[in-house]
Amino acid sequence: MITLNINGQSHQVDVDPETPLLWVIREWLGMTGTKFGCGMAQCGACTVHVDGIATRSCQFPVANAGTAKITTIEGLSPDGLSHPVQQAWLAHDVPQCGYCQSGQIMAAAALLKENPKPTDADIDAAMTNICRCGTYNRIRAAIHTAAGGAA
Amino acid sequence: MKLDRRNFLVAAVAGGFSLGLRRPAQAQGAGSEVGIWAVVQPDDTVTIRIARSEMGQGTSTGLAQLVADEMDAAWKFVKLEFVAPHVNLANKRAWGDMSTGGSRGLRGSVDYVRKGGAAARAMLIQAAAAQWAVPAAECTAAESVVTHTPTGRTLRYGALAAAAARLPVPAEITVKKPSEWKLIGKGVKRLDTVPKLSGKQDYALDLQLPGMLNAAIAQCPVFGGKLVSFDAKAVATMPGVRHVLAIGDTAVAVVADKFYQAKTALAKLPVLWDEAGNGKVDSATIAAFLRSGLDAPQAGVGLKQGDAAAAIAGAAKKIEATYGTPFLAHATMEPMNCTALLTGDGVEVWAPTQNGEGTLAAASEAAGVPLSKVKVNKTLLGGGFGRRGQQDYTRFAVMLAKQIPNTPVKLIWTREEDTQHDFYRPITQCKLTGGLDEKGNLAGLHMRLSGQSIMAFASPSTLQNGVDPRMFQSASEEEFGYFAIPNLLIDHAMRNTHVPVGPWRGVNTNQNAIYIECFIDELAHAAGRDPLEFRRHIMAKNPKNLAVLEATAAKAGWGTPLPKGIYRGICQNHGYGSYVAAVAEVSVSDKGDLKIHRIVAGTNPGNAVNPAQIDAQIDGSFAYGLSALLYSEITIDKGRVAEGNFDTYQVARMADMPKVETIIVPTGDFWGGVGEPTIAVAAPAVLNAIFAATGKRIRELPLKNQDLRKA
Repeated sequence: MITLNINGQSHQVDVDPETPLLWVIREWLGMTGTKFGCGMAQCGACTVHVDGIATRSCQFPVANAGTAKITTIEGLSPDGLSHPVQQAWLAHDVPQCGYCQSGQIMAAAALLKENPKPTDADIDAAMTNICRCGTYNRIRAAIHTAAGGAA
Repeated sequence: MKLDRRNFLVAAVAGGFSLGLRRPAQAQGAGSEVGIWAVVQPDDTVTIRIARSEMGQGTSTGLAQLVADEMDAAWKFVKLEFVAPHVNLANKRAWGDMSTGGSRGLRGSVDYVRKGGAAARAMLIQAAAAQWAVPAAECTAAESVVTHTPTGRTLRYGALAAAAARLPVPAEITVKKPSEWKLIGKGVKRLDTVPKLSGKQDYALDLQLPGMLNAAIAQCPVFGGKLVSFDAKAVATMPGVRHVLAIGDTAVAVVADKFYQAKTALAKLPVLWDEAGNGKVDSATIAAFLRSGLDAPQAGVGLKQGDAAAAIAGAAKKIEATYGTPFLAHATMEPMNCTALLTGDGVEVWAPTQNGEGTLAAASEAAGVPLSKVKVNKTLLGGGFGRRGQQDYTRFAVMLAKQIPNTPVKLIWTREEDTQHDFYRPITQCKLTGGLDEKGNLAGLHMRLSGQSIMAFASPSTLQNGVDPRMFQSASEEEFGYFAIPNLLIDHAMRNTHVPVGPWRGVNTNQNAIYIECFIDELAHAAGRDPLEFRRHIMAKNPKNLAVLEATAAKAGWGTPLPKGIYRGICQNHGYGSYVAAVAEVSVSDKGDLKIHRIVAGTNPGNAVNPAQIDAQIDGSFAYGLSALLYSEITIDKGRVAEGNFDTYQVARMADMPKVETIIVPTGDFWGGVGEPTIAVAAPAVLNAIFAATGKRIRELPLKNQDLRKA
């Protein structure tokens, strides 16, 4: 039995410790906001925060979580809309299909926590998640807005 | 305006609701159906029905704008509801075509959805007039309120809806003049954003049903091959595994409690495949096969004007070049998946489909039940790009679920399976020959395509005398931009491989625009002329194409000085009903590293329903088009796809994305597409700029295989 701290709640799961955190979150705990895109930490659709650090959960064995505080997209803000990144995403009408956006938002939130005023180069380096709809320019603008700068 | 046949159908069906016809999707509470396109709640909420699929392209918001504008509904009250395919079928397709491809979402529905909105408005006004006992002509509607003009009395739509819903749909319906539009043409925000910000938006892959099992699929890695045998015992005791089952004679699936368990077991499953003799085909043999078509005597003619061969033979200067583009996978972010449930009552599927009625037909056939016994639940799509117009995921999910009756089964593709079992953008090569006269004018052009046809793969019976007209997208009578070239021949030598092919955002406009626009650039340079000025002459008979090109060039500052080391490329195209153009600004370092600094993209989509969403589609189409230009290729090795995940099938990311400035120049006289047209100009604009920067002509994509250091 593994105990996980996710979005401030304690969860107990009976699962092979090698199981990637992504599948534990999605299939054992039924929280589907975190997405499966590639399974090899390439696309970032599965990004969650592990002790505040953006982590690609599809390559993160659940056993490695230990007592770390895990945050998923469902736990980013109490109402699902009030985090500055969510507000900026709304203001810029960022999502198209939306499938990658949970991961994009989690990656952006982690970036801004570490670097409250990222430059374009900082954004290029940190935001390596794939969006096939091509919302990159709106993501960039929204990150600048969330950082309090002009977009 | 006379009622056309479709409106008659709409009217008949609208009347039929009171007789118990089924509602399009989930129940909408106490709302009243005012016509068939809108449900109005007592609190004024207007739920607008959408028949097309939403895959991110914004069609649902645009369609709602069309209906709401004609209805004079206040935008703040508008919500969306998707019509279920089986309900459309049961109502004699009252909501029209559901397939969503070819950038037809809006332009293919614009007439009947606007009439549906106008009918609802008329019914609400009629209901108010009846309540006040005044002539309807004395009433007007705006912002979800009907006003009796002489007395100033008002009634909200929410208070009128129940009475309006009982009225017949009016026989005479007039839609607004463009000058009366309030929502059409406005860049309103999308209606479907909020759930996408919190993880609350469910996609088909997120579906959870009581008792549901999850499955992973492996298809024969070599296209055309068969499943021979598998050793189910080898994985039977692995965690969660419930079944190991063949899907038809081409695939096998492991069914488990969780998908993670299914895919883990599938990776360990011993499987024997019959490669059907295709195991020796590779990219080199395919390339050689296509090369044989470049000079082959037999070719289907797409476009002919004058005598190109004679004009080129007699030209002062002859220019020749051969281009090629690879197979490409779609790589939607949500991998292919579908959930199916077979019971004694029929089959129910949950599908991320671009064609709900196609899904319905595929499920019926795979389950062996009549169409009336099929329910299709459409979900939002995690990307489509043409991939989800196919129905392989439906067929396989139903064929699997049929073996486990009364149990919902969700069948999911791993990323590798998704990449290796796509319906790829077709591979083509193109040899272009041009003849310039003494003055540097283009006297003749021959464009010879060689390569694979989607029609020959998907529906060979529809070939026209062996010709696939879609091979000539952007090079057709309707779309070619250079009819002032006196002598033209555009033809295609059919060279089909064993690799499945299908529409990929922009389909053949992608490849053809590269071939045409890069070669026109080559001709301009050979003639010693500016590429824009050269185009002006050969576009003299295509004023609409030229107008967008000029507008784009002007915004980009074509001909004005640039910072040192930055160079421009220009191109234009016409496809999916819209006229587009682009200017790219690039630099190439001494090491050959490309930087795309700026894109200016122009479009004339006729009417611009939502400029903000058009801007988003242009931006996104460049990301998709630049992925193909920079990185993506599907290669064939031993009859199978060599690439698997995003490490080998690479796509553009944030750092690759240039600034994209859009210019929308609608002429108001037609309804063109938006999702696809501009993708065609992404690659040629950059390629022509690379030539300007380096003197190098890149004629084979993607660029990752090319050395861009100065020639």
